[in-house]
Amino acid sequence: MARLIRTEKEVEGKYTEQWIVVEEDSLDQWPEGPQTTVGRPAARVTGPARARGEAEYTADVQLPGMLHTAVLRSPHGHARVTRLELGPALEAPGVRGVLTPEECEHLTSEPGYPGEPVAAVAADTFAQAEAALARIDVDWEIVEPRLDPDDAVRREELIGEPQRYERGDADRGLAEADVVVEAEYRTQTVLHNALETHQSVCVWEGGRLTVYTSTQFIWGVRAEVAEHFGIPEDRVRVVCRYMGGGFGAKTTPGEYTYIAAQLARKTGRPVRCALTRREENLASGNRHATIQRLVAGAREDGTLTALGGEFTMAVGWDGFQSSTAGPMQMLYACDNVRTVEYGAKLNTGPNAAFRAPGFVEGTFGLECLLDELAAKLGLDPLELRRRNYADSDLVDDRPFSSKNLLECYRRAEPHWGRRDEVRARSEGPWRRGVGLASQIWYGAGGPPSYAWVRVGSDGRAHVITGGQDIGTGTTTALAQIAAEELGLPLDRVEISIGDSDRGPYASISAGSSTTPSLGPAVRAAAADVARQIVEVAAQRHDLEERVLSLRDGNVVSADGGSWGLEEITGLFDDAQIIGKGSRGPNPTGMRVLTFGVQVAEVAVDVETGEIRVERIAAIHDIGRVINPLGASSQVEGGIIQGLGHTLSEQRLLDPESGAVLTQTLDAYKLPTIADVPEIVTELLDIPDPHLTNLGAKGLGEPPIIPTAAAIANAIRDATGADVRSLPITREEMLRALEEARERERAVAGSAG
Amino acid sequence: MRRVAITVNGTRREAEVEPRELLVYFLREHLGLTGTNVGCDTTTCGACTVLLDGKSVKACTLLAVQADEREVTTIEGLATNGEFHPLQRAFHEHHGLQCGYCTPGMIMAALSLLKENDELTEDEIRAGLEGNMCRCTGYQNIVKAIQSAAGEMLPAGA
Repeated sequence: MARLIRTEKEVEGKYTEQWIVVEEDSLDQWPEGPQTTVGRPAARVTGPARARGEAEYTADVQLPGMLHTAVLRSPHGHARVTRLELGPALEAPGVRGVLTPEECEHLTSEPGYPGEPVAAVAADTFAQAEAALARIDVDWEIVEPRLDPDDAVRREELIGEPQRYERGDADRGLAEADVVVEAEYRTQTVLHNALETHQSVCVWEGGRLTVYTSTQFIWGVRAEVAEHFGIPEDRVRVVCRYMGGGFGAKTTPGEYTYIAAQLARKTGRPVRCALTRREENLASGNRHATIQRLVAGAREDGTLTALGGEFTMAVGWDGFQSSTAGPMQMLYACDNVRTVEYGAKLNTGPNAAFRAPGFVEGTFGLECLLDELAAKLGLDPLELRRRNYADSDLVDDRPFSSKNLLECYRRAEPHWGRRDEVRARSEGPWRRGVGLASQIWYGAGGPPSYAWVRVGSDGRAHVITGGQDIGTGTTTALAQIAAEELGLPLDRVEISIGDSDRGPYASISAGSSTTPSLGPAVRAAAADVARQIVEVAAQRHDLEERVLSLRDGNVVSADGGSWGLEEITGLFDDAQIIGKGSRGPNPTGMRVLTFGVQVAEVAVDVETGEIRVERIAAIHDIGRVINPLGASSQVEGGIIQGLGHTLSEQRLLDPESGAVLTQTLDAYKLPTIADVPEIVTELLDIPDPHLTNLGAKGLGEPPIIPTAAAIANAIRDATGADVRSLPITREEMLRALEEARERERAVAGSAG
Repeated sequence: MRRVAITVNGTRREAEVEPRELLVYFLREHLGLTGTNVGCDTTTCGACTVLLDGKSVKACTLLAVQADEREVTTIEGLATNGEFHPLQRAFHEHHGLQCGYCTPGMIMAALSLLKENDELTEDEIRAGLEGNMCRCTGYQNIVKAIQSAAGEMLPAGA
């Protein structure tokens, strides 16, 4: 019988309550450690299609008669359109339709950031659409752009309300401290730059709209697009079979989807609207810059007496405040914490979630501050972190469902213990050092998500769910889970995903939630099938169900009997055995989080400011690991993105006009294959006993969180310089070195 | 319009193209060979890498007319009789791909690199692929895949 319950759902730290329906029978978790398929390395089930170039991305969707869209975007930081004449564009060769702000609420005649869309043209080819754009007559009245986040906060030009948090008494905590450190940290705006840009192809057929789109949430797109057009959700089909990366910026339809859908309706043709790389870097979201004014107080023994922070976030023209104060509130057992976060409204592109939004930035500030504190106390940085270990969640006063951060610290010791040897390798201008930083983040996933599994007469299983694989390996992990439950080899499991018409609802792929959200539903569906197969086999062979199990593609009995799965399912000719499964609730009254620590080794040329990261060890606690190969790959990817965030990536603006100067990949520096250090990954693989039938948490975001702070702390260890601003360019490195020298001179002067 | 004859994956293809048409759009839109992806438009990311007369080029930097009377190999031309090329198999088995969008370009660039020198050191592989970007940054396994394929291709190439 279906059971109705009210439960808590979390995505990227935002909690909501909702009703869900769950199955009566809950499954016990598998024992700890590798199983037959789950917990063992598996190459991507979609790998062959990807390696052959056969994977169909949204970019590859070509429909007969499809039109291409070019979008007129504001070249100004802030402007008003005083005249917009689209007639000449309509007469240009190949043009089939145009769209104005009056027709589409996602176009505007008062653009508030460079790149905000104003009008759109659809033509037979993209070149024709682009050529027609140049014919649009448009006059702009330029408004002075607001670009300074501190200034915006002073003027109270804010996105959302200031977020204030306090526990205990931070002033008293600081007064009681033996040592106080204060510092200002800054992080830059970074751009997602998924290799496949944001794009959709839309086609209307018989009152139904099909949207092929590069998205992290096909059901979210379906709901929002249906609402926009005032049609039932079942009249919208959303398809995302393969996706060229998302990293958080592809969770909503985006203006390109609405533009394509509206132009498709207007012209009666399929319409593609795909951002160019330049548009991608203007108007598809970003990780917003932050200014963090932080303070920490501690007793001589290292016990934290107070943590405080004022966080200003350069959110942009629109967007949301990510929780930059989260790590300060959650990571350590400090009784007195006070934070305030302001989201500055500016004439810059709206932010979007980007791989652990807020926590990447906030961890940089907090974990650098902790090391500055450790230096002042003369304490080992790892020891300082252990002394302030939190046994329970102090924000909501809840127990953790599982937390093995102390075990992460223990496993970090051999890496941390390399310090003397690494420092000793300093020579000439090159100084070497080691630094570490802790990680805390969400990653529980949550209901609802559903899956179907069918097994045909050939004894092969087909997993069907309406989720999406954004490139992380979701399909492989889900196939492994089904294979495990059905006792089938992985190559006898097919999986279909990414089509809202061809599978049940599944949750968003964001917030490190896909595997912990969809995985338990797939296991439940496979278990439903397994139960039916056992029931059938028991009746067919006159045995008790409890002596039967599924193993190696067979139904086996305790007394040694064995029948190929296809012998049992083959009884039904063309018919199939069908199972369904749903994601159960998260544990009530508990906080489900992920933890970890990274240890970085760097070399710094103190004459030129050049920084080389030479080694990073990453130890993370993310519950059960489904696919160790996919998981280590995710960890490496997170760290390398973190390396870009730390050293090279930065959206640069013209300080007067607000124009984006880094629109292309030759200006915006992504890490290349030649920039990558040795990476050592260790995942604890301890199932969370309270979380679902798997005990698996998410992993997409944790690895990027501590990288920047670990590197900055290694730089301090190597040189004595406090870098406090990302990216750590040579200028920033040389500034910090000069500051350190001045400090030394002052100390020497006062001593003399 | 200009008439071109380009041998693509062993088959001679004749077509009328705009003189400004880039090779990558000729491949993707005229021939439907969508395995060659477009990532950046500025010759930076390498997703569109193909072989021109056996050497890697970025197909967004070349006009279709420049490939006239020449041979182009795309990712679709690598497998023979449905059998994976050793590089394709290695990228799959060593997990040298995440979202896979950069994968065809990576494989073609690696193929060109291994043709020049099949005894590459890890540093040489990294230097040789610096012009191919992976934003999921599966770089470590890409290196492993190429090292493994190089070993496999060696006897055939020798």
